[in-house]
Amino acid sequence: MKTLKIFIIIFLFISFPHLKADEKNDEMKSKILKNIRCLVCQGQSVYDSESDFASSIKLIVNRKVNEGLKEKRIYEFLREKYGDWIIYEPQLNKNTYALWLLPLLLFLLGGVIMRKKLKFKN
Amino acid sequence: MKNKFNLFVAVIFVSFCFVIFYKGLNNSNIYAPKINDKKSIPIFEAKDFNSSAYLNSKKIFEEDTFFIVNIWASWCVPCRTEHPLLMRLSKNQSVKLIGLNYRDDPNNAKKFINEFGNPYSQIIIDNDGALSIEFGAYGVPETFIIDKNKKIIRKFIGPINEEIVEEIKLIIK
Repeated sequence: MKTLKIFIIIFLFISFPHLKADEKNDEMKSKILKNIRCLVCQGQSVYDSESDFASSIKLIVNRKVNEGLKEKRIYEFLREKYGDWIIYEPQLNKNTYALWLLPLLLFLLGGVIMRKKLKFKN
Repeated sequence: MKNKFNLFVAVIFVSFCFVIFYKGLNNSNIYAPKINDKKSIPIFEAKDFNSSAYLNSKKIFEEDTFFIVNIWASWCVPCRTEHPLLMRLSKNQSVKLIGLNYRDDPNNAKKFINEFGNPYSQIIIDNDGALSIEFGAYGVPETFIIDKNKKIIRKFIGPINEEIVEEIKLIIK
């Protein structure tokens, strides 16, 4: 019985990496789908949703990836149709400079303050 | 002196946060994306509802007139409420209605049209929803107004009502 159990565990360990799609396209597809917001659902990505909207988007992404379109082009396509909101990761543009650069500035400011304090102590 | 300065900074900071959040309270949390005005109609090929022949978008929007693209389905309940309004709009000579049958069973769709009437001068089939994504739609029903330059100038999410019909009439005048 025990050997059977061990055998099953080993079997599962061996077979799971094969279940995982090893094709690059599939990886890219799921990466893209996870980064697209399902606009008709609450707090779900297209990847997680089963709604009509999400399944249509999945189909389109699938088609575009198979056509050989790059990730960036697919995001551009969706952004053009639905606006920036559909992509989870905000793009760096004039509306989002503050969003992207403020943390960096605060980090640097913190560094400066720390340096000053340390110098003061010394 | 330093303490006073810190207090001052803290008060400024807290009141700044307060104003931001207080203003945020009044904002609607329902997100409606900005519709880029004057978006061109997508280029596509779609199956005709009656003849099952494939038509391309150029052919469908060939005429020099206003078009209304209405996404509908027989299973969609709000579509039933807006149908009489579409019937009324279809009598208007200065506009052509194009129906986009969304993820529907063809027999049910035919029954729907037979029962409630056909306001569309042409119906195209969108079996998998891909075509409505090309239009930038969220679901059914949805209505787009296309001007003579073949640009989408207005989009109505959800069923149209009397007010919207009046607005459409003003646009296509």
